[in-house]
This record gives sequence, C-alpha cells and structure tokens, in this order.
Amino acid sequence: MTASVMTAPATAASRNPLAALWWVPRGIVFGLMAFFIFGPLFNMVLWTVAEKWYFPYSLPLEYGFSSWAKVFAPRGGALESLTNSLIVALLTVVVSLLLAIPAGYALARLKLPLRGLILLAFLIPQAFPNLTVYVNIARIFYEIGLNGTIPGVVLVHVSHGLVYAVWIATAAFSAIDPELEQAARNIGAGAMRTFVDVTLPLAAPGLMASAIFVFLESLDEFTGSYFVGAPDVNMLPLLLYTAGAGGNYQIASITALLLLIPSLVFMLIVERFLKANVLSRVGH
Amino acid sequence: MMSRRLLGLLLVLPALAVIAFLFILPLIMSAVGAFQVDGAFGWGNFVKTFDLYTKDIVFTVVIIAFSTMLIGIASIAIGGYLTLGEHPVAVTILRWLYRWPMFIPFIVVGQILRTFLAKNGMMNNTFVNLGLLTPLDAQSFLDWRGIVIAFVWKQTPFVALLVAGAMASVNRDTIEAARNLGASRLRVLIEILVPQVAMTLTVGLILSFVTMMSVLSVPLMINAQSPTMLTADIAFRVNSYGDYGVANALGLISLVLASSVAWIYLRASLRERA
Repeated sequence: MTASVMTAPATAASRNPLAALWWVPRGIVFGLMAFFIFGPLFNMVLWTVAEKWYFPYSLPLEYGFSSWAKVFAPRGGALESLTNSLIVALLTVVVSLLLAIPAGYALARLKLPLRGLILLAFLIPQAFPNLTVYVNIARIFYEIGLNGTIPGVVLVHVSHGLVYAVWIATAAFSAIDPELEQAARNIGAGAMRTFVDVTLPLAAPGLMASAIFVFLESLDEFTGSYFVGAPDVNMLPLLLYTAGAGGNYQIASITALLLLIPSLVFMLIVERFLKANVLSRVGH
Repeated sequence: MMSRRLLGLLLVLPALAVIAFLFILPLIMSAVGAFQVDGAFGWGNFVKTFDLYTKDIVFTVVIIAFSTMLIGIASIAIGGYLTLGEHPVAVTILRWLYRWPMFIPFIVVGQILRTFLAKNGMMNNTFVNLGLLTPLDAQSFLDWRGIVIAFVWKQTPFVALLVAGAMASVNRDTIEAARNLGASRLRVLIEILVPQVAMTLTVGLILSFVTMMSVLSVPLMINAQSPTMLTADIAFRVNSYGDYGVANALGLISLVLASSVAWIYLRASLRERA
C-alpha cells in the first residue's frame, strides 16, 4: 500500500511492485523531519562533552567530561541551582495539591454555583500574555519582602501550575464511581474517613499525573523566576540563560540536558498515569 | 449541617484566592500603571511606547502571525497523514517522530536552536558536508527566521496532537464514501477533515498565539537585536531603566493583541452555534 497524498486506490497499489518506490519521498520527508527534530538535540549532547570545538570544524576536536566536573564542583553554581530548582518544584507541587485536592473534589462532587466560570478562572494565567503580570508581582513582592525568596518563587509557580492541578484533580475525582463512596458511608464510615480511605486512593493515579505536570511546569519556568527570583534565588533555567548569554555553551548545554531529561521521561510515561477515562473528563 | 453549596465554595476559595491575588490583581495593576506618568494619569507612556517601539509591535505581530500560519499548515499535514495514511509503518513512524519537541521547555529550545542555527552551527555544517552549500554562502539564521523556526519547532506537536485527535473522531464512513467515489486524499483532507476539525484547530492556534506572545527566553536567546519581540522590550525596559510605565504600556498592547485574536475566535464560535 502507498501513503502519499495523491495515489491510486490502495488495493491496486498493494499489488503494484512500484509501491515500494513511495518509500523514497517518505524517506526524504521523515529524514528531514528527524534531522530538524533530533539535530538540535544531538548538537546539544555534543556540546556537553566537547572539550574543544571551534570554527570551521563540524565536530568537536576533543571530547571529555571536564565541563561536567566544573558544573558539579562545589562552587560551580549548578548544585545550588539544582537544589533550588528541586526545592521550589517540590514545594510548588505540595502547595498546588493542597489547594487543588479540596477544590477538585468540590468541583467534581458538590453542587457549585458558576462551576464553569470557576474552572475557567484557573485557565486565566495561561490565557493572557503574562510577562507584565510577573513584572508587577515582583513589585508587590518587593514591597512585602517576598522578592528574591524561595516562597516568592513558589507562589508564582503555584499560580501558573494551578490550572493543571485543579483541572486534572477535578477529572480524577469525577471519574470515580460515587457508589463506591456510598457503600463506605452505608457501612458506617464518616465523610472524612470515606474520603481518605476510599476516594483519595482511587484518585491517586490522576493526582500523581497532575503532580508531575506541576513539577515540570515549575522546573522549566523561566519568566517568573527571572523577575521574582533573580539574582538572589538561582534556578536551573536562570543558570542556563546566564551561561548561554556568556557564551559558555558547555555549561548551558549541560543545564539544558538536566532540564530536558525529566520532560522526555514524562512524555514516555504520562499515559500510564493519565488514563483515558480521566483524560476525557479534563476541562468538563 | 452546613449546606453543600457553602462547603463547596469554601473548598474552592483558597485556590481561587491565589489566582485573584497573584494574577488578576497584578494584571489590573499593569493596566492601571500603563496610564500613570509620575503619579498622574495620562497617555505619556503610550506616546513614548509608539515613538520607540512601533517597529517592534509590527515585528511581533508579523512574526507570530506567520508562525501561527506555519504551525497550522504543519499540524493539518501531520494530523491528515496520521488519519488518512494507508501504510501502517509510515503512520507509526510519523506518530513516534512528531511529538518529541512538545514537552521541551522554551528556554531549552532557545539554547539548542541557537547552537544549531548559527552561521557555523550544525545545520549549515551538515549542508556544507553534503555539498548542498558552500561555506561562503552559509548564513546565520539567528534573526527573525530563528524565532519563527523556534516557535514552529516547539508549538507544532501540541497543535498537531489536538488536530490529530479531532480528526480521528471524525466519522470514518464519510471519508470512506468520498474515497470510494474517487476523491483523492488531499481533497478528502481539505474538503472533509479540515472543516470538521476547524474549531479544534482554531483553539490550538489561539493557545499557541497567546503562548508565543508571552515567551521571553526565545527572543532573548535567539535575536535580542532590534527589531525584536515585545517581551524582550518589556524585560529591557524594566531591567535597564526601571521604567514600569512603558513596560506596562507594552504589556497592555500585547494583551490587546492577544484578546483581539480570542475575540475573533469567540465570534466564529458564536456564528457556528447560531
């Protein structure tokens, strides 16, 4: 069978020995796509192990791990940034879930006035260009002493990540059969006990997915950290930016790799946590 | 016993408060600040903004509109092939291939494309080694083209995922019927599939448009010279001059640009329902 845009009907083509020729245009298109998708990534990996690489050589002249040693040296700055980034991301997840679990449960199970509008409100931070918002948050935080502190950065990341937390938590709770909760209530469990022992464990995979989303959003967030955190709270995206701006492509590429790996791992495993029955309810 | 409505509102309230205080309040402050010059209200910031940045406003709109168009075309092509492609191996390869950039953060996209697209970067080097280009003709793509490439690179998988999902749920019978009557796949794509997924495509493109309006890292890393994107101007205004008035005015302008796109969408969706 053939698969380019204009072709004879499939049945005829499958008997046609020339059908294999369609792999030529296909190969060219897929090859170009692969070059433009993986080329920049491969280039980055090369930079992380390049000891010497200058014009006009198309490949590094010497390979080695001295940049890695420099990045992870006690004074390299990367350990501090990595620690800060992880602390901020974990705190962002904890705060977001503490806010999103009650909100998601209420949105899924209780009768709320203006439910649609409330759900939409969490989308606002994603639906407007947010640069000036961060500029003005930095001014407010400066007044109250939160600028340049970890709690300040966490709050900014929470406001940005809440849409994932709340929407996915709502979907996870509405995917649970209410009869299971009713059964627990019937045999005498209280409302709180039912929630902790029945509802929460059933919603756990969905909540896990929302936690990962929020974690990655926080890890990769640049603009808010740039205005609210820098230069007091160093984070990985800021380290990447300053190293790149200073022309130190080795350090920049290693930082980029550190930010990239969690995102790619997540892309590969997301379907395990986000089941179709939850996914189809997101935003409803 | 507390009413369930009240309980529900109490449970939602803390999360809503975060959005109100950390997003809506600063948004209002930014809109008000745009009209304030030395404590008094006036148009001063906008006069200064249009004096200094008219070129950048036009640049931003053109770059983002062009990127949005390319993203739309690429997503339709990918979604269309995934839906209509008849060779299972080719479809599987494409499905595996196209989504890699989706979760890569913009800051990483900026860094890796800066090294890839540079004058002596890997792209030009590969073309030179393949004999497609002489070293003298190699040119740097780190200008408006670099920004467009970065946006298309990063945003296409997201829109294509939405479009492919919508195309997959289009009734197969219509497609089969058109194919049996001899319609080419290109015609089926343009005349049957695209109209049916138009709404999903528009939503995806609008979300991309707004995202691109707020990205700071890509213009800073790929093209910080003039003309540049409004986001880079805002950061420059704040960091170099502490000039919040003009920064807020620029922010309000990008907000108006994003909202006008959203308005077009709302009008289209209302017309569809009418």
